[in-house]
Amino acid sequence: MTKNSLILHCAILVSGIVAPLLFPGLVFQFAMLWIMILFALTWDVLGGQMGYNSLGNILFFGFGMYICAITQIGMFYDVGKYTAAFGAIKVDFTDQQYYLGLALGLVFAALASVVVAAVLSWVLFGLRGPYFAIGTLGAALAAAELTGSWNYVGGGGGISMPVFPGEPGARSLFFYSLCMLLTIVCYLFLRWLYQTRFGMALNAIRDDEDKAEAMGLHTNRYKMMAWSISAFFLGIVGGLFGNMTGFIEPMEVAYPTLTFGIFMVAMTLLGGKGTLWGPIIGAVLFHVLKEVTWTYLLGWQYVALGLLIIVNVVYFQQGIMGWMQEKWPERFGLVVDRAPGGAAPEDAQ
Amino acid sequence: MLDNFQILVAAPVFNVQLLLNGVLVGAVFALAAYGLALVWGVTNVKNLAQGDFVMLGGYLGYELAKHGIHPLVTVIPVAVLMYAFGWIVYKLVISRVIQRELFTSLLATFGLAIVMQQSMNLIFGPEVRTAESGFNTRELFDGLVTVTDIRMISFVLCGVLALVLVLFMKRSRMGQAIRATAQDARAARVMGVDTERVYAFTFSLNAAICGVAGVLISMIWVLQPFYGIAYSVRAFVIVTAAGLGNLPGVIVMALGLGAIEQYSGFVLGAQFQQATVVGLLVLVLVWRRLLLQRHRQALQ
Repeated sequence: MTKNSLILHCAILVSGIVAPLLFPGLVFQFAMLWIMILFALTWDVLGGQMGYNSLGNILFFGFGMYICAITQIGMFYDVGKYTAAFGAIKVDFTDQQYYLGLALGLVFAALASVVVAAVLSWVLFGLRGPYFAIGTLGAALAAAELTGSWNYVGGGGGISMPVFPGEPGARSLFFYSLCMLLTIVCYLFLRWLYQTRFGMALNAIRDDEDKAEAMGLHTNRYKMMAWSISAFFLGIVGGLFGNMTGFIEPMEVAYPTLTFGIFMVAMTLLGGKGTLWGPIIGAVLFHVLKEVTWTYLLGWQYVALGLLIIVNVVYFQQGIMGWMQEKWPERFGLVVDRAPGGAAPEDAQ
Repeated sequence: MLDNFQILVAAPVFNVQLLLNGVLVGAVFALAAYGLALVWGVTNVKNLAQGDFVMLGGYLGYELAKHGIHPLVTVIPVAVLMYAFGWIVYKLVISRVIQRELFTSLLATFGLAIVMQQSMNLIFGPEVRTAESGFNTRELFDGLVTVTDIRMISFVLCGVLALVLVLFMKRSRMGQAIRATAQDARAARVMGVDTERVYAFTFSLNAAICGVAGVLISMIWVLQPFYGIAYSVRAFVIVTAAGLGNLPGVIVMALGLGAIEQYSGFVLGAQFQQATVVGLLVLVLVWRRLLLQRHRQALQ
């Protein structure tokens, strides 16, 4: 790690710790920022590094959220009765029950998401290019529809999550630190992963899958593992997000294909796919822009989002990182971390 | 769920009702799927905004019908308007993504779908609407099976339109140019076909076809800004299962899909109708994968 990149990493870490203490009112927004970065990072494993553009990664987010909720509630109560009452019966979780349920819930969410990714990858990775994108989109839409019509988990009415035992301020800080920790772990893991033989294999699949297979790579195994890695992190963050919002339901919170699901793609493309820092820059820029302008657009937000995607894809496909690499290639060489713009958006909060 | 199934076995006449409804609605699916296959085959752009074109056509017809025009007559102005809309979209977006990698065009049309459905939501409102065509309802089998006249008319209209399109593709100069471009764009260019014009025409024609389908949908079923994605998925299911350039296959699949939806809606409950369409998409893709796998094993 060079000196500059060390300074950059430390600056981000410090601002990540200091920001919620300086602006206690915005902690939820900061937590969302970390979640958005995680979304973009995990999408880029497939979309950028492996060349498989998934439109349905949100599936693992929602799945993890539901598994976590079911674990948290099911350990102490009957889930069917709990959801049938729609929060009308007052159920209390002791501190110990809450934390134990949350911890186990997150573990199960991660494991179950990995299992789903493994099963789905058997089904969907036979598809290539646009078929894969459409197939994953279909899988995410189907998951939302099926969850919505499954009464055991509350159907379209959703589930009220167990209430955090501490004060509201402590609650947001608690989930903020978990989101930050998870995103940092994910970043470090991917950073290491992309330098290993595994990362090379992913790039080989992106460049030419048939040749990679002919060279003796078990492409299916690599594809399955790459998707499982995405699913692992997305499942955990799904469980966290469900607890952060306090209420989950299938269409808008758990499987929001047209919001979070498409944000992942938009953020990564904006920042530049296939790079380590591109998704991070894209996510920070997108989230800050979105939060600042969203309320002034008077209902036209999603039109603007769609236009952003079109303009991004049609006119600015390389993204910010790609553009910078084209403009100052000598500054990058092989080390992408030294991106001069990398720290700027982070400090801008 | 089982009760509903037993009704079907005990009273076979309900099967007639479901099949009839499915086939009559399926004809409209066939139009949208044919448009998708046309654009897919010629320009290699997979239009994820297909269903939103259908909805836009329906809303245009609905708005025109407010001014005293019979909804059925609005088919003609809507087709013209949608043709113009398709041309604008082609010039602004599609023409720039045709030569790029496939995911680019897919994502661009996905963005287009978001823009269209959200704009329609803001302009026309989120309510579910139906255009009143004012035709009678017929009763068959002593009133056990009902069928509205407008569904019959729309079915016939779909058939006529399909026939006209087939004749157009076979006979007209432009139709020949389109088929030549679909076979080999480069060779067509060498032979003096203006492929850029062919692409623009094909995409606009697709928009016009979708517009007609939308007007029919507005009369025989419902319009809602966010229902577009279901039509896109249906069109993909049909085209993926039938294969490109297989018009009889598209028609059979579309009518079959209509019937399957009606059956699943009846047996499993209405809330599963949407899930069935999406589930079928995944199934069709898996089936394709299994076919490909066999193909791959044959190579080994």
